[in-house]
Amino acid sequence: MTAPPQNPKPHFPLSHPGRRQFLRVSAASFAAAGLWPSTVAAQDMPPLKDYPRAWLTENEWVFVLAAVARLIPSDGEGPGAIEARVPVFIDRELAGDFGAATDWYMEGPHQPDAPPELGWQSPLSPADIYRAAIPLFDEWCVSRHGTAFADLDAAMQDEALTALEGGDVPLPPELRDFFDILLTNTKEGYFSDPIHGGNHGMAAWVHIGFPGARAHYREWVGRHNIPYPLGPVSISGERA
Amino acid sequence: MARQDPKKEVVIVGLGWTGAIMGMELAEEGLEILALERGPDRRTVPEMKYPEMIDELSQGERHKMMQRPSQSTITIRRDLHETALPMRKWGSFLLGNGVGGSGVHWNGQNWRPQPVEMGLRSYVTDRWGAAIIPEDMTIGDYPVTYDNLEPFFDRFEYVAGISGIAGNLNGEIREGGNPFEGWRSRDYPMPALPVTYNGAKFAEAARAMGYHPFPRPGGNASTSYVNEYGMQMGACNFCGFCERYGCYQYSKSSPQTTILAALFRKPNFSYRTGAEVLRVEMAADGLTATGVTYFDEDTGEEVFQPADIVILAAYQIENVRLMLISGIGQPYDPATGKGVTGKNYGYQITGSTSMFFRDEHFNPFVGSGINGVCIDDFGMNAIDFGAEGFIGGAYISSAQTNGQPIRSMPLPENTPEWGAGWKSAIAEWYGHEMSISHHASVMSYRGHYCDLDPTYRDRHGRPLMRITFDWHPNELRLNAFLQEKIEALARTMQPDLMKSSYKDFDSRYDVRPYQTTHNTGGAIMSQTPEGGPLNRYLQAWDKHNVFVTGAGAFVQNTQYNPTGLVGGLAYWAADAIRRQYLRNPGPLV
Repeated sequence: MTAPPQNPKPHFPLSHPGRRQFLRVSAASFAAAGLWPSTVAAQDMPPLKDYPRAWLTENEWVFVLAAVARLIPSDGEGPGAIEARVPVFIDRELAGDFGAATDWYMEGPHQPDAPPELGWQSPLSPADIYRAAIPLFDEWCVSRHGTAFADLDAAMQDEALTALEGGDVPLPPELRDFFDILLTNTKEGYFSDPIHGGNHGMAAWVHIGFPGARAHYREWVGRHNIPYPLGPVSISGERA
Repeated sequence: MARQDPKKEVVIVGLGWTGAIMGMELAEEGLEILALERGPDRRTVPEMKYPEMIDELSQGERHKMMQRPSQSTITIRRDLHETALPMRKWGSFLLGNGVGGSGVHWNGQNWRPQPVEMGLRSYVTDRWGAAIIPEDMTIGDYPVTYDNLEPFFDRFEYVAGISGIAGNLNGEIREGGNPFEGWRSRDYPMPALPVTYNGAKFAEAARAMGYHPFPRPGGNASTSYVNEYGMQMGACNFCGFCERYGCYQYSKSSPQTTILAALFRKPNFSYRTGAEVLRVEMAADGLTATGVTYFDEDTGEEVFQPADIVILAAYQIENVRLMLISGIGQPYDPATGKGVTGKNYGYQITGSTSMFFRDEHFNPFVGSGINGVCIDDFGMNAIDFGAEGFIGGAYISSAQTNGQPIRSMPLPENTPEWGAGWKSAIAEWYGHEMSISHHASVMSYRGHYCDLDPTYRDRHGRPLMRITFDWHPNELRLNAFLQEKIEALARTMQPDLMKSSYKDFDSRYDVRPYQTTHNTGGAIMSQTPEGGPLNRYLQAWDKHNVFVTGAGAFVQNTQYNPTGLVGGLAYWAADAIRRQYLRNPGPLV
């Protein structure tokens, strides 16, 4: 497994209003131009285009960037999945034990079309599901809208994701959980500790008011209905 | 070819709560004891230390403390006609692994059963007549009473370091405690923890409805504490990382914080990790066990470990599987109702209502595993089963155990799951929600049981255990009754928004969402050898030197979290071994 990339510079609090002048993120335009936002904030981060991927191929990377940018968009208050560097998290997870389903029971026989309440029954690992499902979903986008997902405009992307979520994109049963995994991984990357590659600068924690790894609140038990004043700390000791 | 190791007097399978209790009790007798633990060693330092432990992704989501399904899992079907399929990744419950077992990653919620739950069949029959018991319901009386067990509940609570307020001290009902509980011979070893804002709000609303709120009892230390073994605990700091995590600061009751270091100092006790017991070996006459065979991860070989006494102290699921694999008790057959091993599998049914208060601050990350306020006004001994049309009960509580955002992000009804609407909702509502939930009993039924799966096998080629279980109309009626009570209470609190999450009458068991790790039955204790594989001392009827601890012994599940009864039964059985069995090895009944 590739070593996790190190951030070359210290983090800054993304919640600071002056730092929030991100360009509206459209992965389609990045992919087309091969460029990334050039705001001050973005320059402070190692650009996603230079991120040394451990698992995802170029096409998969383009898809993941575009998809997570709609699942947690950049506009409005708080970071989007792109600013939180969720794609980095997803790539690292897929390259590791989670992606390979190392800890799961994967012996056959498999019944991927079993009732969903009986849980994961696909013979494929999560990483293999990404690999198999992304081209099928892109083909569906092409057949329906004439272009791959990443090149659709935001409204069409939302429509396509809604179809995927609702089971309206024909996928074989062993891939039927693709949207669920993608969404779950996106939220995991948004909210997990930055040591896993996402939640850059703990901005998602700042957005909701979660203090991260502070983990010492005895004196706060009896302080009822008073907002907790401190920002988060991370496992590696960052503060925001 | 299997290696054979020198004989021990006692071999213990699994080093969680009951393995540690049995180890300590029998070590006091000077016996030579070996405990075999399938998983790794786990100590507060270094394995649980701050801050690495409190990583929601690794522990909360990826279950790094747990048994890996790739090691072994179970298969599940909802009825006799469905094909059981493996639980390939954890969902509905989380099985522990390693030293300390599930006693490391639990929340610490510790209860005793009600006296009526121990003699349930008689209680129901005496009050309402046998006719109200559904035809397929196989509830019984435990072959041991609450009064028998009281000293052992007490012992476990004083070893484990439980915080709480007694509601019934030798029959005297006390203000602030649970007035519906069974009698206690003395108060809890530690006072109750303070409660967060949600608990205070819930208590006030419950009191106004005429209910009897009390702080949840459990194993999160409210102060510094030293138990009978000299083990020390420090007060809980409400870090908000309890269930699914090991406690980094010696505050959560666990085998590590309350027994193990003292046990490891005993020269006649030893343990091995990476030692997965494959089967119990039997003497030629079939009347006793000769020891166990385990797989040694270090050497990659099978080892026969001879022993005079075999104690199965693994989790319910693995205990029952080892019994089925080894031929301890006749396997249960749901078609005939004959056989005993695997019978009466039980679980827990739960439901909850979220309340959103736009302008109030709950600081949900300020939490402990037991933090919350409960009422027991709808417990087993407070419900008229005849009038309501079900047999069962629940405690209702408002908990605040954590604010970990990946898993604990309750949002109002109709909030989008993703996109701009989700992103703004998480900022709008995080920290402005509290909930009320129920934790209810599940009865035993003829068709709910454990056996060996015909298809799926573990890495050693042994069959996985198959569970056949679904929601029964009796529990769904209880659940609907509780929903009505909770929603009525919640409405009096006038939240801005409410969202309920309960099973409906069509609900089938869904293995995906986490519910509880309260799997019970399959190795039930019984008055007769025809009723269950164990007698009242947790001794196998047909192999007198095999004892089986844990919630597998539950005749039917209670309305409470199981650990208090599991701990009490372990001390009860240990007492019988010490006082009777060692002197005169043979059937105790």
